[in-house]
Amino acid sequence: MNNINEEKVYEWLADVKDPEVPALSILDLGIVRHVAVTDNSVNVTITPTYSGCPAMDVISIGIRMALAGHGIKQVTIDQQLSPAWTTDWMTEDGKRKLKEYGIAPPNRKAFSSLGLFEEEEIQCPRCDSTHTEMVSRYGPTSCKALYKCLDCKEPFEHFKCH
Amino acid sequence: MKLPYILRLADDALIIGQRLGEWTGHGPILEQDIALTNAALDHVGRARSLYQYAAEVFNQLPKEEQLACFTSAAIQDKIRTGAVIDEDTLAYLRDGWDFKNVLLTERPNIDWAYTVARGLFLDTFNFLYFTALSKSADATLAAIAEKSLKEVTYHLRWSSEWVIRLGDGTDDSHEKMQQAINDTWAFTGELFIATDYEAAMTAAGIAPDLKLIQQQWTARVQEVLDEATLSAPADAWMQQGGKAGTHTEELGYILAELQFMQRTYPNMQW
Repeated sequence: MNNINEEKVYEWLADVKDPEVPALSILDLGIVRHVAVTDNSVNVTITPTYSGCPAMDVISIGIRMALAGHGIKQVTIDQQLSPAWTTDWMTEDGKRKLKEYGIAPPNRKAFSSLGLFEEEEIQCPRCDSTHTEMVSRYGPTSCKALYKCLDCKEPFEHFKCH
Repeated sequence: MKLPYILRLADDALIIGQRLGEWTGHGPILEQDIALTNAALDHVGRARSLYQYAAEVFNQLPKEEQLACFTSAAIQDKIRTGAVIDEDTLAYLRDGWDFKNVLLTERPNIDWAYTVARGLFLDTFNFLYFTALSKSADATLAAIAEKSLKEVTYHLRWSSEWVIRLGDGTDDSHEKMQQAINDTWAFTGELFIATDYEAAMTAAGIAPDLKLIQQQWTARVQEVLDEATLSAPADAWMQQGGKAGTHTEELGYILAELQFMQRTYPNMQW
């Protein structure tokens, strides 16, 4: 295709948001693995965050819509499972946006040395206190857990290390 | 041998996902309702990946072999007319005896103690099994296992915590938790008895060795039960059959609910 290259496509993909965490683009999330532009089509390879995450189908539609808006009609989207997505792939910029949005970002290397019964220290995204408590390991979406801050008393969500 | 093996893994995921999904809207408190719904979603997500792979393998078989796979008239019709066999076909149109999930996954929820007892046994198994399967000689299964392992680790933490909280709780919660462990125990033996198709896959380097998983499982479960001041039942007779398609009556009820729409309104979409 004339005048379209991979770099351009990446620029456009920055407009595709995670429907469940609209503060983040799919590039911030780190789920776009590969973009290939051929003569008449664009192929985007994404990697799912959680196996059953309903956002993945919505994200695929979002990618098609975004590219269609730039006149690209032939779009194929592949899902790649391995290597499995990890929150380590989230960009630093993405983590900053998450915190501003009120969600505590993942802050350790995913699956490092944390044992089965150890808990990690989570920082309140509002007052930065680490005096916080987990309310539930699961939250409104697969990727989040519920916490509350014992200093400023605010409940907040934490994007789990994965 | 590969097709029944993939289906065995997929059916475990679908049936436990459906079972846990029954808690949606019925959890004792909102956070726990959400927890089980999330876990159910992880299982159903894994089932989708596995059924997609199973369909891929199935569609490469010659037609005569395909026709011999499942008894369901709905699937036989699809094969004859050349319609695509996909993940939905495998989930919604197979009959009960063609399901290969372990009996443990179809155990009813009964109450919170029974739900977390089943969870501890199954999540421990899944955690160890997927750890091993992520090194499988089959690249697709290894990838699915690698992905699932992260989710299963959350499930295991959740169920272990609950067993400990209730076991090491009040006299009443301890007694109920012990009863649930005792009554569910007979359904754990099947996890470690290899069927012909599993043994063939283990020999091919595709499936984990169930003997090794059993040793690790026994140690891990014992660790949690000790912490919970509960005891594992003495060696007892173990129930089995699910992996070979011989199920308890529970599966019929699950499938009646799960498959109703596609059976009654074929090919409907919503």
